[in-house]
Amino acid sequence: MSQVPADLRYTRSHEWVRQLPDGSVEVGITDHAQAALGDLVFVEVPEGGRTVGSGDAFAVVESVKAASDVYAPIAGEVISGNDALATRPELINEEPYGQGYIARLRPGSAAEIEGLLDAAQYTAHLASEA
Amino acid sequence: MGQRTPLYDAHLAAGARLVDFGGWDMPVHYGSQVEEHHSVRRAAGAFDVSHMCVVDLTGDGVRPFLGRLLANDVGRLTRPGKALYSCMLREDGGVIDDLIVYFIQPGFFRLVVNAGTADKDLAWIRSQAAGHAVEVTARRDLGIVAVQGPDARAVCTPLLPAGCPAADLAPFSATACGDWFVARTGYTGEDGFEVILPVGALPGFWSALLAAGVRPCGLGARDTLRLEAGMNLYGSDMDETVTPLESGLAWTVAFSDGRDFIGRAALEAQLAAGSVRRLVGLLLEDRGVLRSHQRVVTAAGEGEVTSGTFSPTLSRSIGLARLPAAAGDRVEVDIRGRLLPARIVKPPFVRHGRALPGILETTEESKP
Repeated sequence: MSQVPADLRYTRSHEWVRQLPDGSVEVGITDHAQAALGDLVFVEVPEGGRTVGSGDAFAVVESVKAASDVYAPIAGEVISGNDALATRPELINEEPYGQGYIARLRPGSAAEIEGLLDAAQYTAHLASEA
Repeated sequence: MGQRTPLYDAHLAAGARLVDFGGWDMPVHYGSQVEEHHSVRRAAGAFDVSHMCVVDLTGDGVRPFLGRLLANDVGRLTRPGKALYSCMLREDGGVIDDLIVYFIQPGFFRLVVNAGTADKDLAWIRSQAAGHAVEVTARRDLGIVAVQGPDARAVCTPLLPAGCPAADLAPFSATACGDWFVARTGYTGEDGFEVILPVGALPGFWSALLAAGVRPCGLGARDTLRLEAGMNLYGSDMDETVTPLESGLAWTVAFSDGRDFIGRAALEAQLAAGSVRRLVGLLLEDRGVLRSHQRVVTAAGEGEVTSGTFSPTLSRSIGLARLPAAAGDRVEVDIRGRLLPARIVKPPFVRHGRALPGILETTEESKP
């Protein structure tokens, strides 16, 4: 079973969002997503300062097998991409909710985060896709 | 639902993730494609390739028939057990399939053809065999397991039928052991066997391999291993729209013996016309991953990546690309709208676990 931490928010396209005390958020891809992709070998993270819309392709993760887009879970401004992934893309496989995060964003609206799936809803979504 | 090999349940039990490949539900990996790849380079891995089709050709007319059917020369198969890699061509030189042909005994040759092309191959072979004293038999009663890696032969040999002389096989040759057939061939650039055996014996042999410490490997690792080894994949690197000459396979076309093989006239016309596109190896010099169908920009015009991946052995992206004849040594590849530099190198990239000379060194020097 893939991990779905209770304190995060999720999208149907398998991204997660963590709200930080300063009002910014970390985003990444879920444990389910990394397992489905397999060993990651290359990650393209967004650059700081870029404005993204909700649902925009804003990062690319490549496994040995294929390249996949990662979609911005919410609208906002990119504070920084996770540059550690440039040399260690496997961090996403190893710690999808930790050091394997993809970027930090400044959300355009806090309300949009509340509209995302909670852990129970995302777990139900995974079950419906299985 | 696709076709299943007799090992389907064993794959599920081993945690395989299945994909469709040529109409078959096949394992793409059993957890980690990269770890499976390394197992084959460093120890031993086993692949269920029972989706590929064994075709037996028997009869007095087999040798002359194969001389007509195949672009490579079966006349080179002088001793029983020898194997030969060849393309099977259309009259216009397009590649119907690539295959291995084994000479078993006078009047008996065995082909192993790709899964996705097996039906059309059989139809073609049967249509061409009309008028020859040849019987064509598709052996769906046989499965195939490839056991590959530096330890593969040592681990596999005790699991073969008693008395099987496989330990003495020279590279690219084979031997029958009762109703089993063992070849020292493969698709990984490592030593090992490809074992053709009755489907009823397949599950037992497979579980014995795994019990002996051989790692089950999926088609994902098979693809990265074959690409590192510089071997073409039918349907990606060549198909009916291109000839062997523009697919890096001129070495498999035997012109010198004067045979009138199917496609010969078209290939000679292509050579006479000149400027034949060439299939080359690429090493991406920047970060990123080469993928099939990416556009390649050269000083002599555009080409296309036909296979690309991340090489687990080299930790770099490698690929094959079909380029204009006059393309220089350095090209650029369009990866999501950015042109990234790549260098043309001569495959194979890796053999027997190591990068070949010249694959990486020049790149290191060229770094700023």
